[in-house]
Amino acid sequence: MRSKELARRNLLEVWRDPVALGLTIGLPVIMLIVLQGFGGVDAFFTATNLAPGIALFGFVMLMFSAAMTLSRDRESALFSRLLTTPLHSNDFATAYSLPYLGVAIVQAIALFAIGGLFGLEINGNVGLVVLILVIMAIQYIAFGMIMGSLFTFKQVPFAYMVILLLTIFGGAWMDLNAIGGVFQTVGDAFPFAHAIYAIRDVMVDGADFGAVAGDLTWVVGYTVVIAGLAVLSFRRRMLE
Amino acid sequence: MNSGQPAGAAIEMSGLTRDFGDFRAVDGLNLSIGQGELFSILGPNGAGKTTTIKMLCCLLRPTSGTATIMGYDIGREPLAVKKVIDVSPQETAIAEHLNAWENLSLMAGLHGFGRKETKARSEELVDMMALSDRANERVKKYSGGMKRRLSIAMALVSNPEVLFLDEPTIGLDPQSRRGMWEHIAGLKGGTTIVLTTHYLEEADALADRVAVIDTGKVLALGTPDELKGRVSGGHVTVIEAQDFTDEAFAALSQIYPSVRSVDGGVEIEAEDVSLYDVQDVLRPLGVVVQSTYRKQVTLDDVFLDLTGKEIRQ
Repeated sequence: MRSKELARRNLLEVWRDPVALGLTIGLPVIMLIVLQGFGGVDAFFTATNLAPGIALFGFVMLMFSAAMTLSRDRESALFSRLLTTPLHSNDFATAYSLPYLGVAIVQAIALFAIGGLFGLEINGNVGLVVLILVIMAIQYIAFGMIMGSLFTFKQVPFAYMVILLLTIFGGAWMDLNAIGGVFQTVGDAFPFAHAIYAIRDVMVDGADFGAVAGDLTWVVGYTVVIAGLAVLSFRRRMLE
Repeated sequence: MNSGQPAGAAIEMSGLTRDFGDFRAVDGLNLSIGQGELFSILGPNGAGKTTTIKMLCCLLRPTSGTATIMGYDIGREPLAVKKVIDVSPQETAIAEHLNAWENLSLMAGLHGFGRKETKARSEELVDMMALSDRANERVKKYSGGMKRRLSIAMALVSNPEVLFLDEPTIGLDPQSRRGMWEHIAGLKGGTTIVLTTHYLEEADALADRVAVIDTGKVLALGTPDELKGRVSGGHVTVIEAQDFTDEAFAALSQIYPSVRSVDGGVEIEAEDVSLYDVQDVLRPLGVVVQSTYRKQVTLDDVFLDLTGKEIRQ
């Protein structure tokens, strides 16, 4: 598989960049450790409640890294060189997304493992938590592909800020049900809040698949649409 | 214009044209490049060299016309074309976070090479490009010259049937440039090489044939010697002498009408110049000839002759 070599290179780009590695894996872990320290002030701040939102925050950082790599590559002579090799556009799409899925898995494992040291518990099905996280990782990477395909290196940070804010105000560090009002209405219109609801329900209340199916529908629906748009924008850019 | 029709063409361009808005960058190129030939496209910046290469590498679609590479049409069969070509772009094109081995392995893998073949080829190229000492270091720490050499090695790793070298020695110091010429010369014969350059001496030293282009059109095509032979005023003899007087100049002009004064002597433009005649004329006038030599016509003269301007303008 020709795309394997390019995927390997893209993985090494993240793995050998201390800033990217720190932002994608280190920062979420530090945030969990710091924020769970406020547990004495507010009962919401436990490792179990925080981990789902912080996991998505970590994916946002990964999305940023993927978008910046693709955007920077697109403007580079290396990418022109790659375009003269016998790679199909699907090979490119695979090579620019799969490595980040691998990093996302490492990221989530690190977060939940460290969380375990601070009282994080999964009362429900671990596989269901993993499934939701993987779907969300795919969605964020797809967002990264769209940004990297459509925006310049300088524009990507602005697009990233939009998704970051939507994730944060989608209930990453707060209970939207407790806040209510416009925040909850807007938050509920996007998949981030639904992913966090679903993971929290499984982790805290031990909810089963049926109990989170409604939220999962939002998550899967958005992921299919965003991934489709990512493939289309990537192909369009490649053809240009 | 005779476009040249060598047997067993590797590349055939037919009316290849590319517009950018109202600007015509490449204007109806009809060229045929033979298998194993080292063909140079020579022209100043903005002549259309890189645009031509980009079309041939399927990076740009022609506005009209087409081309085939090893029989594959660049418009209809881009993937087949990409399997038989490799390119060293004008800019250094490397992955900065990888080391030399990994960069070479990346390109070999993209061309479908196995691990064993990649290793052997990479070792050969790292050695050839004098990168062995630092091949394990990440290339972002390399000097500009080392990055350039690696970038070219990455184009060679796949052992392509057709290799495009777009200004391969741009930015290299003279010593590195000479070294690169040796590497390129070593590839001649087996691989079809298209070399774009605005260094006249590069085309002169390496190319089997040269197409001189400007404003997207082929102005002249032939071997370097053929092109140089076509230059009007191609036969120039320089007479270097002290105390060259007006009287001596006038006396020489009687025998050779095309005499011009230059710093330290005169230049005579004539097919045959008899040095005995020159001595016979100058000696009685007290002019001592210090040296004489036949001036070498360069491709610079060819370009000047064709366009009326210097190539590095």
